[in-house]
Amino acid sequence: MSKLYTFLKYFFITFWTVFVVAPFLWAVSTSFKDFQSVNSKVTYIPWLDFEPTLEGWRVLVKSPAKGGVDIVEPYFNSIFVTCTASLISIVLGTLAAYALSRFTFKAGFVRNNDITFFFISQRIMPPIVLSIPFFIFLSTIGLLDSLLGLVVVYIVLLMPIAVWIMVDFFNRVPKELDETALIDGCNPYQAFYKVVLPNSIPGLIVAGMFCIIFGWIDFFFAFILTFTEVQLLPVKVVALNSSITPWWSLSASALVSVAPLIIVAFIVERYLSKGNLSGALK
Amino acid sequence: MNFKHKFVFLFPGLFVLIGILIFPIIFTIRLSLSGWNSYTPEMNFIGITNYIRLFTDDPRFWESFFRLSFLSVTTVILQYIIGFALAMMVWREIKFKRFFRVIFLVPMMTTPVIMTVIWRTFFHESLGPVNDLLGGLGVKPILWLSDPVIAKFTVIIVEVWQWTPFMFLLLLAGLLSLPKEPFLAAAIDGASPFRKFVYVTFPLMAPISIGAIIIRLIEASKIMDTVFVLTSGGPGTATETSSFYIYIKGLREFQMGYAATLSFTYLVIMIISLTIIAKVLTKLMIKE
Repeated sequence: MSKLYTFLKYFFITFWTVFVVAPFLWAVSTSFKDFQSVNSKVTYIPWLDFEPTLEGWRVLVKSPAKGGVDIVEPYFNSIFVTCTASLISIVLGTLAAYALSRFTFKAGFVRNNDITFFFISQRIMPPIVLSIPFFIFLSTIGLLDSLLGLVVVYIVLLMPIAVWIMVDFFNRVPKELDETALIDGCNPYQAFYKVVLPNSIPGLIVAGMFCIIFGWIDFFFAFILTFTEVQLLPVKVVALNSSITPWWSLSASALVSVAPLIIVAFIVERYLSKGNLSGALK
Repeated sequence: MNFKHKFVFLFPGLFVLIGILIFPIIFTIRLSLSGWNSYTPEMNFIGITNYIRLFTDDPRFWESFFRLSFLSVTTVILQYIIGFALAMMVWREIKFKRFFRVIFLVPMMTTPVIMTVIWRTFFHESLGPVNDLLGGLGVKPILWLSDPVIAKFTVIIVEVWQWTPFMFLLLLAGLLSLPKEPFLAAAIDGASPFRKFVYVTFPLMAPISIGAIIIRLIEASKIMDTVFVLTSGGPGTATETSSFYIYIKGLREFQMGYAATLSFTYLVIMIISLTIIAKVLTKLMIKE
């Protein structure tokens, strides 16, 4: 019984690992191919099945005028939009979460939980519902196709995540901590800034990571609200897909785009193993 | 404590969010009562004509909605089962524990549309590796993307690959935070691993499971990116989800008024059904 179980366990783990890794291996292999080795028959292993070339990687940094793809600018645009929106969301979300965790609010039938729910429920909003009014709204104020417009939209996507994680986190930071600080003569802002915040760094890191993930992986808003002036990474890569499928540069640019966040997987795992995350994610 | 301060903490975030959202929502409602399209791009008032059209004369929307329900419920159930299994396996000590944990987390860190572009080449019917390898085993080429039934399962495979890690992360974090005492008690009673799971682990995990399932359902109900790149809703309308249909109506055919009607109805249905699901799940899984 237990031998069978162990066998099944390792079988399943191996199977899933292969499944997870397969598209990456395929992309790595494809990124070194040329027209011949993509279109004649299916090839897998460089040197053995086909002669690898660096063409797919080289076009990434060439300017479009020279037949390149130039993902450098979209790359920086994506980093800028993701980081700015995450930062604003974390700051505002953390403040709001602190208020919701420490003070009681009452307005008519609205209580703390309702306000928290209001924040978090914004994740239910399907992007398409917002995209049409945002499209018209941003074009009226001239922010269509601009980085600023995207940052505004991304705040709606990310603030709910920050509030969700931070409310739970603050609820676990003992109230006595701020009370002691207040008795010691701090005002509420000092108590928050000097005492509570330094004790919430794991929560802030988790919230930050989630904001960055969900900002970085968004495609839809970037696709609808920007055209030519400003391009974000996912839109750029998907645009490659619609032309005559140069699979090699497509794979190379895809790998470059997903690479930075894979580091986040390592950080998340570290936090899991240290047990910090368990508190922050419940 | 001085209670004026609490507003200083709460209001910046609250008002920024309301400020960004209030206009689009009011605008959507108003737009849904207008006949804005590419011929008459203006905010006229045509009453509830759009709503009547939606409820009496648009089977395509309802089909897309049921398809969305099918896709999201199926993917979330699969993600929950697989995610729970994976989390159980790397919860306790096993060899290369941390390596596997990282591997299991990686897909959620990757951009769905970009990975879908890769999946498209992966499932390509003549030049992709899947059919090639299956062909080596003597299986006939499978029409991963152009058969109306199989295309749905291709979408499910990609979605499961992409988002099982999120479920895995939430459940593993939950498992790691469980108290030790119930497990000690079960060990002393000599409970078998199976009974331990049914009577100790699973009930303790129920609240976390509900949270994880609901979070994933919310996110899955927005399936759009994958479909957009993988099949563009096709073949025909076989993988068209509600969001994608609204996108076609609004931003391709420029029937803004009608698309707003669809959006608003869709949003209301989403809120109601997710609330009901949350209530039912809580009742089913926590028996007290």
